[in-house]
Amino acid sequence: MRPIHALAPLAPLVALALAATGCSTIGNGSSGDESTASPGGEPGRVVLVTHESFSLPKPLIKQFEQQSGYDLVVRASGDAGILTNKLVLTKGDPLGDVAFGIDNTFASRALDEGVFAPYDAPLPDGADQYRLPGDDEHDLTPIDNASVCVNVDDTWFADHHLAPPKTLDDLAAPEYQGLFVTPGAATSSPGLAFLLSTIAAYGEDGWQDYWARLMENGTKLTAGWSDAYEVDFTQGGGQGDRPIVLSYDSSPAFTVADGESSTSALLDTCFRQVEYAGVLDGAANPAGAEQLVDFLLSPEVQAALPESMYVFPVDSSVQLPKEWARFAKQPSDPFSVDPASIDEHRDEWLREWTDVTSR
Amino acid sequence: MRRSLELVGLAALPLAVLGVFFLLPVSGMVSEGFVTDGRFDPGGVLEVLGRPRVHRVLWFTVWSSTVATLLAVLLGLPVAHLLHRRRFWGRRALRSLLLVPFVLPTVVVGVAFRELIGEAGPLGFLGLDGSAVAIVAGLVFFNVAVVIRAVGAAWESLDPRPAEAAAALGAGPAHVFRTVTLPALRPAIVSAASVVFLFCATAFGVVLTLGGLRYSSVETEIYLLTTNLLDLQAAAALSILQLLAITALLVVTGRLRAVPDPALARSTRRPPRPAPGDWPGLVATGLVLLLVGAPVAALVAGSLRVGDAWSLGNYRALTGEGTQHALLASATDALVTSLRTAVDATWMSLSLGVLVTVVVTRRSRTRGERRARGLLDGLFMLPLGVSAVTLGFGFLITLDRPPLDLRDSPLLVPIAQALVALPLVVRTLVPVLGGIDDRQRQAAASLGAGPLRTFATVDLPAMWRPLTAAAGFAFAVSLGEFGATSFLAREDHPTLPIVIYHLIGHPGAMNYGMALAASVVLATTTALVMLAVDRLRVPSVGAF
Repeated sequence: MRPIHALAPLAPLVALALAATGCSTIGNGSSGDESTASPGGEPGRVVLVTHESFSLPKPLIKQFEQQSGYDLVVRASGDAGILTNKLVLTKGDPLGDVAFGIDNTFASRALDEGVFAPYDAPLPDGADQYRLPGDDEHDLTPIDNASVCVNVDDTWFADHHLAPPKTLDDLAAPEYQGLFVTPGAATSSPGLAFLLSTIAAYGEDGWQDYWARLMENGTKLTAGWSDAYEVDFTQGGGQGDRPIVLSYDSSPAFTVADGESSTSALLDTCFRQVEYAGVLDGAANPAGAEQLVDFLLSPEVQAALPESMYVFPVDSSVQLPKEWARFAKQPSDPFSVDPASIDEHRDEWLREWTDVTSR
Repeated sequence: MRRSLELVGLAALPLAVLGVFFLLPVSGMVSEGFVTDGRFDPGGVLEVLGRPRVHRVLWFTVWSSTVATLLAVLLGLPVAHLLHRRRFWGRRALRSLLLVPFVLPTVVVGVAFRELIGEAGPLGFLGLDGSAVAIVAGLVFFNVAVVIRAVGAAWESLDPRPAEAAAALGAGPAHVFRTVTLPALRPAIVSAASVVFLFCATAFGVVLTLGGLRYSSVETEIYLLTTNLLDLQAAAALSILQLLAITALLVVTGRLRAVPDPALARSTRRPPRPAPGDWPGLVATGLVLLLVGAPVAALVAGSLRVGDAWSLGNYRALTGEGTQHALLASATDALVTSLRTAVDATWMSLSLGVLVTVVVTRRSRTRGERRARGLLDGLFMLPLGVSAVTLGFGFLITLDRPPLDLRDSPLLVPIAQALVALPLVVRTLVPVLGGIDDRQRQAAASLGAGPLRTFATVDLPAMWRPLTAAAGFAFAVSLGEFGATSFLAREDHPTLPIVIYHLIGHPGAMNYGMALAASVVLATTTALVMLAVDRLRVPSVGAF
C-alpha cells in the first residue's frame, strides 16, 4: 500500500478547501444581493426579473443605483414564454419587484392572471402607440419593440437576375420555389410571430390555405431562428443556399460590409413584438420598482437598447446607432392580432399549423 | 439492527438532498397538473394519455433512444477496449477528446451537424437533414463517450488471466470474449447503456435542431407544453409517463445487471501494445473519431473564419472591448464562472455518489434489506428522467418559503448540475464496488480495522480509477449543462453555455463566429481538464 491511498480519503477535504479558496461559486457572488438598508428603513434593493437576452451596459446600471439609492439585482433566465409562465406560477409571491421582457404574444396571459400592479409611468414621445390593447389599468409599460419580418439576400437576387419578393403572397409564387426558410411557429418565438402575420393577413379561416401553398412551394421549416438564419440562409454564418429567411427588421444592420447592407427586410410582411415592463403585484419594494420602470424609459437606456438587446426604443426622439439609422428600416403598418385573441387561440392555431405543415 | 442504522445513516444525506432538490419540486409541479380550478381532477391527466399525438411522441422517444443506445454500445465497446486495454502513444489525449461532445452546447453542435448534412453542406446529397437518422447520429455523437469511459474504467481493472486461460485451452478470441470477458463486463455495460438510454430519451436540443419539426420526443413535448402553452395538465401527464417508463427501465436493468458471482479480480499488469487482432477496436475508433471529429472540425473551421478569410478575430472578440455589447459577460469571465460551478457540482456529485454507491453495493443479509438497497439505487437515477423545465418550475413554486427559501441561492445551479451528474457517478462506481469480494472487508475488519479504515484500504483503492472517470463525467456534465442552468442562472454570472446560446441566437456574422469560438474554448478547456484528471491517477496505477 502506497501513501497515495492514505491521502485518498482527504479528497472531500481538498474539495472543500477548493471551495473555500474561491475555486467555487460558494462563498462569493452573493455580496451584491445583500440588503443595505436605506435610511427610511425601506428595502435597499430592487429586483428585476427578466429573460436571458436582457443586457444593459454596466455604467448605466451603476447610474441607476446611484440615483435611486437602491442596489439593482437582475434575475435573468429563460425566454419570454418561460418568463411569463414563471410569473404566473409565482403569482402573489413574486420573484422580484419588476418584470421586463413579456411581449404582446404572451402579455394577455399575465394580465388575466393578475400578475402586475397598475403603474402609469410617464411615457416618452411616441411611446403611446405601443401600449398593449386591452390594458386599461396600465399594468404594463412599453419599453422596446422589434418586428419579425421576412429578409432577403439582395446580392443573391442581383446575381440571379431575379426581382426579390415583396409580399406574403409572393413567397408562395412559383418563381420563388424552394428559396424560403423559416423557423417553425411551434418551436420558435419569431416563428409564432410569422404565423400571426399570416393570420392577420389571410384571416382566421384563410391562413391554413396560405400555409398549404407555402409548403407546396418548397418552404423549409427549422426548429429555431439560428438554424434558419445561420445554416440555411445564404448570408448566414454557414452560407446556406436559401436567399429568403424569416428574421427581424433590424437584421439588415448586421450584414453591412463596405458601407452597404447585403440584405433587406420586406416591410409588408412584418409582425411587431413589443416588450413591456411592469411592477409585480406583491413586490417587496414597489417604490423602487416604479423608479426602475421610469429608468427603463429614460433616454440613456432607450438609446442603449439597439446595441444591447437588438431592439428599437419606444422613445421616438432617441437617436439610433449609425448603421441602424441607415439599414434597419421599421415597418410603418405591421400586421397585428389582438393579444387577448392570441392567448385564447394559441393552442388551437399551433395545432392547426402543425397539421398543415406536416401533411 | 446496527446494520439498518448504518444504512439509514449513510443514506440520510443523499436522500435529504434528493428529497429537497428533486422529489419536492417535481411533485409540486406535477400536482399542479392534477388541480383544475382548485379541485383535484385526475381525469384530465388520464385523458391526455389517450391522445394519439402522445402515443406517437412516446413511440418515437422509445425507438430512437433504443437504436441510439444500441449503436453507442456497439461502437463504444471496441473503442473502450482499445483505449483502456491497449497502450499506445496519445491514448490519454484520445480519451479526453472523446468526452468533448459532452460539453458542447447542443444548439452549436446542431448547427455544425447541419452545416455538414444540410442542403448546401458537403454531405447534403445524403438527404439526412431533418431525418430520424440525423437525430440518432446526434444522440450517438453525444453519448458514445459514456460507454467508452464507463465500460473502459471497468475493463481496465479486469483481471486478464481467466481470458488467457480460456485462450490457452483453445478458445478463439470471439469465444473468449463471449464466455469470459462479456459476462464480467455485463454490469458495467448494462449500467452504461441504461444511462445512455436515459440521456437519449430525455435529449432536448438534439431532437429539436436535427429533427426539424417532424419529430418530437416526450422531452420536447413537455418543454413546449410547459413554456409555450402552460398546459400543465398535459405536461404532468407526460412527466408521469416519463417517470413510469424510467422505473420500468430500472427494474429491467437491475435484473440484467445482477451477476451470480460478482467477485472482481483486479489487474495490475501494464497493458500491451495494439496487435492485428485488435482490428475491431481500430475500426470502431476510426468510426467514432469520424463521427465526433467531423462536426468538431466544422466547428473549429467555422470559428476561424471571419468573412471570407482565415482569422483569429472571433477569438480576440471574446475578450475584446469593442463588441462587448453582444456578450452578457466576456467569455473569459463566463468560463471562470463555468469552471467554478463545475468544481462545486463535481465535489457534490462525487460525495453524494460515493455514499449512495456504498449503500447500494454492501451485501444484503435479508430480502427486505436487498429490496431497500435496490429501491435506493433506482431512486437516484430518477433525476436523469425528468425534464429540466419541470424541475426548474418546480424549484420556483416549492422552494419559496422558509426554511427552504432557496429560489435565489447561488447554490441552486451547482446542485441541479450535481443531480444530473449523480446517476452517471453512481453507475460508474457501482459495478466496480459491487464486484469487490466482501471477504476482503471482513478480513480487514477481523484484523482490527474500523469501518472507515476498511473503506480506505479495501474499497477506495478499487474505486480510484472509476472515481476519476466519474469525476470527469461530473465535471463535463456540469460544464456543458444548459437546460437547468438556463432556468436558474443569474444575470451577473452566466456560464459559458448560456453566453454561447445568447450569441448564436442573434443576427450578425460576428456573433455566429464568436459563438463557435466560445464553443471551441469550452471544448478545449474540457479536454485539458480531462487530460489532467487522467494524469492524476498515474501515481496510483502501479499500486494495486
